[in-house]
Amino acid sequence: MRTLFKTSYDTDIDWFSHPAKLGWYLVLLAAMLALPLYFLWQNDSYLLGEVTSVLIFAIAGLGLMLLTGQTGLASLGHAAFMAIGCYANVLLLNAGLPWLIAFPVAGLIAGALGTLIAFPVMRLHGVYLALATLALSVLMVDFIVLGEAFTGGVAGIAVPDISLFGFTVNRYANPYAFYYVVLAVCLITVAIYRNILRSPTGRSFAAIRDSEISARAMGVDPTKTKALAFFLSCSIAGLAGALFGHNATYVTHETFDIVMSITLLLMIVIGGLGTIHGAFLGAIVVGLIPVLIANTRTVLATSFGISGNIPGIEQAIFAAILIGFILFEPMGLYGRWMKIRTWFDLFPFYRKGLFARQKSYLKTERVQ
Amino acid sequence: MTDFLQLIVSGFANGCVYGLIALGFVLIYKATEAVNFAQGDFMMLGAFLCVGFANQQFLGLPFWLAVPLAIIVLALLSGIFDATILRQMAGESQVSVVILTIALGFVLRFAAGTIWGHEPVSLETPFAGADIQFSGLVLGVDEVATIIVTLLLTALLYLFFSKTKLGLAMQAASQNMLAAYYMGVPVKRVQTLVWMLAGAVAAVAGVLFAARGAIDPSAGLLGIKAFAAAAIGGFGSLPGAFVGGLIVGLVEPIAARYGPAGVAQIAPYAILLIVLAVRPGGLFSQTQAKKV
Repeated sequence: MRTLFKTSYDTDIDWFSHPAKLGWYLVLLAAMLALPLYFLWQNDSYLLGEVTSVLIFAIAGLGLMLLTGQTGLASLGHAAFMAIGCYANVLLLNAGLPWLIAFPVAGLIAGALGTLIAFPVMRLHGVYLALATLALSVLMVDFIVLGEAFTGGVAGIAVPDISLFGFTVNRYANPYAFYYVVLAVCLITVAIYRNILRSPTGRSFAAIRDSEISARAMGVDPTKTKALAFFLSCSIAGLAGALFGHNATYVTHETFDIVMSITLLLMIVIGGLGTIHGAFLGAIVVGLIPVLIANTRTVLATSFGISGNIPGIEQAIFAAILIGFILFEPMGLYGRWMKIRTWFDLFPFYRKGLFARQKSYLKTERVQ
Repeated sequence: MTDFLQLIVSGFANGCVYGLIALGFVLIYKATEAVNFAQGDFMMLGAFLCVGFANQQFLGLPFWLAVPLAIIVLALLSGIFDATILRQMAGESQVSVVILTIALGFVLRFAAGTIWGHEPVSLETPFAGADIQFSGLVLGVDEVATIIVTLLLTALLYLFFSKTKLGLAMQAASQNMLAAYYMGVPVKRVQTLVWMLAGAVAAVAGVLFAARGAIDPSAGLLGIKAFAAAAIGGFGSLPGAFVGGLIVGLVEPIAARYGPAGVAQIAPYAILLIVLAVRPGGLFSQTQAKKV
């Protein structure tokens, strides 16, 4: 068990609460940087592609996490903002802008549109907000079909390659370079996210999440804060959408559908709401489940002669896992990890109720 | 003119199905303040249960036996879902319940697809294809039945909530769960009852839907349109859900007929966003600014 002595107020907002943590994260960073070498040795760029798409999903998850996990605003339509980012990126690239400008601008456009859309929606909370964003998500698909002149509509549109410092990065031609591009964007996003959490802005997000009334009493402007949360969240989602486009190389109106929005939400819940780790753990689970199911299917078919080819089973298994998490581990995978770590830290003094959350029984806002 | 009236009638009947699904949302929201995102899938399940009981291809029971059976089975399933899974969520945030019911919808879609197949089927009814001629208008019996049943159910449920003791208990349980419990309202039982009621309403909606057209496991996605209907009407209001359903049902065919291409799909959601922007609580709003 380690004891932290806080010797100054700044310790509360340190990047790493303990030097050992910094060490572990450096090890993780080194491992991520060296990962392509392993795949190069194995000559297996397929799995590297899987890792890359997990990272892209993690970025999108970070975007939604900022809104849902930190600010407490549930969005069922984040794929819509990913779509905006993706199409903006493609259009800007096709207009001849270099990637280094087009990519961040695409994120900003997604953020700006997100804020614009968010303003009328912001007065809603809870269920109504979820509904309005759900409607947005459905509408976005129709808008993409209608805006055929720009988006290619149902036929779809090809995503140009990334050209960076004279190199052309294509997901298939050089997957290793693409991996590093995605990793760089991921690291920058995490750094920005962590810094937001350390700043007064991040504190005001948490204040809004925990109680809007007390946040207001402490001098936080809810409208401004929520708008900022929407802007940041949608920008990150837009960046993830742009990368997703590069990864898919071809996008249609069906790419960013409602199932994707819901998958994003499920991802951050499985990972653990309100934590950076949660976005990554959730993305890993979401990325791994289809692979696991496919493998299980092969094993069943070859060893037992059972054809496990039932349509829709992926989504059903996914949903069952989610129900399990919400019922038994509402804090997600990261919450479970925290519990295990605390158990070892405090051994033998760990108590069952250590992480119990206060229940808030329902009081309506409706009047008769 | 007759053409337009014909359009209105079929839109009205469609709107009634949306309204019935929306009624299910509102019932559950009114009594438990939870939103059941799987209500559309309950509707789908109810339709498939009835198809499974009534159609020759499956059990082939008489139609008038199959309908009540489907209603009872779905009500029981819905009640069991509340009593076993949802009850554990008491005191957790609304968003977790939302996610839970979304996940349940996926499971139900999978179950229905596995049991009854993914091909669209329609319900064999004794009044299939029968018409009523009414001064130049041709009304399908199924359309008339849909409209009458929906009106009756809305009125009955409205009276149930405002006049009966159990209805009041349901409202009390939603307005303040703990206080209702202290006042002797058996909150758990009341909530299970309201879920059963919502299941029964969903089964009725499913039967009417399957009688008018084909049903397949993804028909539950219709629930999203019913959401728009419920939110346009104001989530806590039963007549609101009905009116919202009618608005969505009427706007769709009219926009498809007279508006430019693609507007028909957008129209319900555009109306929803406008209503939410102008009157955040819906047309029949029950929400007021919270006093501290």
